[in-house]
Amino acid sequence: MSNIFNSMIEWIDKRFPLTSNWKAHLSEYYAPKNFNFWYFFGSLALLVLVNQLITGIFLTMNYKPDASQAFASVEYIMRDVDYGWLIRYMHSTGASMFFVVVYLHMFRGMLYGSYRKPRELLWLIGMCIFFVLMSLAFTGYILPWGQMSYWGAQVIVSMFGAIPVIGETLQQWLLGDFTLSDAALNRFFAYHVVTLPLVLLVLVFVHILALHETGSNNPDGIEIKENKNPSTGIPVDGIPFHPYYTVKDIVGVVVFLIVFCGIIFFAPEMGGYFLEYNNFIPANTLQTPDHIAPVWYFTPYYSMLRAVTVNFLGIDAKLWGVILMAGSVVIFCFLPWLDRSPVKSVRYKGPYFKIALTLFVISFFVLGWLGTKSPTPLYTLLAQIFTVIYFAFFVLMPWYSKIDKTKPEPKRLQE
Amino acid sequence: MMADSFSINEKMSDRRKFLIAATSVAGGVAGAAIATPFLLSMMPSERAKAAGAPVEVDISKLEPGMLLMVEWRGRVVWVLNRTPEMLETLEKVEDELADPNSEKNQQPEYAKNRTRSIKPEILVTEGVCTHLGCSPVFRKDIAPADLGPDWLGGFFCPCHGSKFDLAGRVYKHVPAPTNMVVPPHVYLSDSRLLIGSESEGSA
Repeated sequence: MSNIFNSMIEWIDKRFPLTSNWKAHLSEYYAPKNFNFWYFFGSLALLVLVNQLITGIFLTMNYKPDASQAFASVEYIMRDVDYGWLIRYMHSTGASMFFVVVYLHMFRGMLYGSYRKPRELLWLIGMCIFFVLMSLAFTGYILPWGQMSYWGAQVIVSMFGAIPVIGETLQQWLLGDFTLSDAALNRFFAYHVVTLPLVLLVLVFVHILALHETGSNNPDGIEIKENKNPSTGIPVDGIPFHPYYTVKDIVGVVVFLIVFCGIIFFAPEMGGYFLEYNNFIPANTLQTPDHIAPVWYFTPYYSMLRAVTVNFLGIDAKLWGVILMAGSVVIFCFLPWLDRSPVKSVRYKGPYFKIALTLFVISFFVLGWLGTKSPTPLYTLLAQIFTVIYFAFFVLMPWYSKIDKTKPEPKRLQE
Repeated sequence: MMADSFSINEKMSDRRKFLIAATSVAGGVAGAAIATPFLLSMMPSERAKAAGAPVEVDISKLEPGMLLMVEWRGRVVWVLNRTPEMLETLEKVEDELADPNSEKNQQPEYAKNRTRSIKPEILVTEGVCTHLGCSPVFRKDIAPADLGPDWLGGFFCPCHGSKFDLAGRVYKHVPAPTNMVVPPHVYLSDSRLLIGSESEGSA
């Protein structure tokens, strides 16, 4: 039996690099031996990606991208299609969980300096994935054509109208109409189910290729490739990804699926954070809901959008808001060059970095919370203060990371 | 070796370099040319362009203090019949407005006045916040808890907190940059209003 199997593999290997790729990316891909809790989220992001692709395909079988039928077709999926509710809740919960795991994955990178040389490009590819993910979330949220779909899209698309000179034409080009209408819904559907998933898949593939070129970072932030066994050429602190980390990741998958199923079966709306109550009302082009807020994963940026209320430097508050909001996401791309610390990992960084990172996390959460609230003068003031802290984390990093008192990095990974 | 295959080889003849450059330019032009119809296909279609017909509204039953919502070009247009008390507030709030005299071009010439209207009491404006396109809420209550003791009635945008007075003029220090847009409109008779056109003929 094993003989037949071996000759089959041999037959394939002469025609396709199967064994060599299996070795290069799994059984002989050496990862640092000290991965901890924070290293689950990359593989979990892949799991959620697969969940979104599969459930998404099944949703398109019953969904209608037509402004007069979209809302009813989603209700049809929820009520009349066998297990339609399950497939839709898997998709909507998956969208939120995608952001949960990706935010934790990004935070891991910030903790251990995974964006530092030689992984700058890996970080940038990851940021591109994040941008595509945000676009996917936005276009997907429009599809049910409820009140939040409609007015959320209205706000986002109007942002392009704030761009000087070309804004209005650009907005019409995006919408395919002079207002948000059926034409826009139809094309956002095309982006959501064809364009963006294709781009995402390519980027994820490139992200993993780049990772396997540089090798994984680790909680100590030192390069295991610098200490190889002279006779085998294998890093002494490295272990093969398969079976060691495939098995570890399966444990992560099991825990994740318990949480995931818990949400799907017991709290699919998550108290209005995953699926907003106003979106159970069909889109009404004449009336904005009294309280509109984006889904939780966009609220920090949304807070910054509305935090600017004064014109300065000859640019009006509206455009400043849009610039700040875009800047708050794009600024992550500069992290590899903003961090001037001699060490990568938070384990060996000094108090300044730890304080800065703590303040950043607090401001991210406070801005996120504020984004779910209606604006009042007090909340606007808070949003302004925390917007400044948020940006200070990045802008002041070249200074505080350089003068910080760091500890010496070890030569070998710590247990 | 690897770098050589990506860059133009030193030993390459001038003729070959020229041919590579010329082919790349021609290919680039062809790429841009074929992209054009695809990009232009995303502009508003002929049908979308034709769908902007004016809307006629009967305002004979619009009582003072009442707001009527009309759909024109997919947007909401408000027709508000202001009471004398409402009109009095327009002068009182002027110090707090960003553009009290409607200097910015957000209205036709005939609406460039304090009431921003043809008839003083009837306000016709697009019910669209000039910030990011939400539709503000008509708040005629005076000094409510959430808007503060100085509020004399107006429009409040729930999305980002922009405020407008009862003539659609924007307050200072809010995200919205300009007054609300007054669409072209004309009175066909005392009670018949045409929105989207300035002449009776084109109706």
